[in-house]
Amino acid sequence: MASEPAAPTPQHETTLGLSNEKMGMWAMIGSECLFFGALIAAYLIYVNAFGDAPEINPSTIYDIPFTSVSTFILLMSSLGVVLALSGAQQGDDRRMRTWLLATALMGATFLSGQIYEFTVFMEEGMRMSTSPFTTSFYVLTGFHGVHVGVGVLMLLTLWGRSLAGKLERRKSEIVENVGLYWHFVDIVWIIIFTVVYLIPAE
Amino acid sequence: MADTETKEPHASGEEHHHPGVKEYVEIGVILAVLTAIEVGLYYADVPRQVAVPALLALTAAKFVLVVLWFMHLRFDSRWFRRLFWTGVIAASLLFFVTTILLTF
Repeated sequence: MASEPAAPTPQHETTLGLSNEKMGMWAMIGSECLFFGALIAAYLIYVNAFGDAPEINPSTIYDIPFTSVSTFILLMSSLGVVLALSGAQQGDDRRMRTWLLATALMGATFLSGQIYEFTVFMEEGMRMSTSPFTTSFYVLTGFHGVHVGVGVLMLLTLWGRSLAGKLERRKSEIVENVGLYWHFVDIVWIIIFTVVYLIPAE
Repeated sequence: MADTETKEPHASGEEHHHPGVKEYVEIGVILAVLTAIEVGLYYADVPRQVAVPALLALTAAKFVLVVLWFMHLRFDSRWFRRLFWTGVIAASLLFFVTTILLTF
C-alpha cells in the first residue's frame, strides 16, 4: 500500500510547545471525569433505593440485548473518528469527511436508541421521580446522552465546514480535538454499560 | 489509504506519534471482542464473586485501550497525561469518599 505524505503540522508558539486548544480540551476532559465520577457514585449509592416501586429495579427494567447493540455502535464510532483523523493527517479530505459523517450517524443511532429506551421505561411507569434509583439513572444516562448530542453536532459541523471548503487551516488538530471529546464520551459509556447495566443486582 | 505512522515533532522535544489505520482497526476489533465477552459473562451462569471482578477488569482494559491508542495518550505529551489522570484520580477519590461517607 503506497504511503501518502502527511500534512505539515504547524509548530505551536506556546510556552510548552503544545496547542492551547488541545491543552484546553484535555483540561475540560479532566474536569468532566469529576462530573461523571460524581454521577456514577450517586447512581451506585441509590441503585437499591426503590422507594414505593420495588417492581422497578435493575433486574426487571433493563433490556441488555438492546443496550449491548447500542454500546457496540458507540464503541465502533470511536474507531470511525480515528479513521477520520487519519484521513485529515494524510490530507485525504474525502476519507476524513466519510468517517466524520459515519461517526456522526453512529452517534445519532446511539442517541435514538437511548430516546427509545427512555420512552419504553416511561411507558412501564419508570419516571424521573419514581424512586432515588430512577432519578440517579435518568440523570446519569441523560447527561451522557446530552454529551453524545453535543458530539454529534460538532462532528456534523466539521463535516459541513469541510464540504464547504472552510476547514483547511489546522484541519487535523481540529478533528483531533473533536475526536478527543468523542472518545471521552465513549469511555464514560464503557463504564456506564458495565456499572449500570451488566453488573448483576444483589 | 496509508498505514504509515504520523510523527509530529513538538517544540518541547516530545514526539507526537500516532498509530496507523491498521493499528486503529486492530484496537477496534479487540474492543468489540472484549464487549462481546462482557455480554457473554452477563448471560453465563457465573457466580457474582467471579463475574463482577471479571467485568470490571474487562471494562478497565477497554478504557485503557481507548485512552492510550485512540486518544493517543501513549504517544502524546506528558502534560496531557497529567491533566487526564489527575481528573481520573480525583474522580476515583470523590467516588470512594462519597461511598464511604454514605455507607457508614
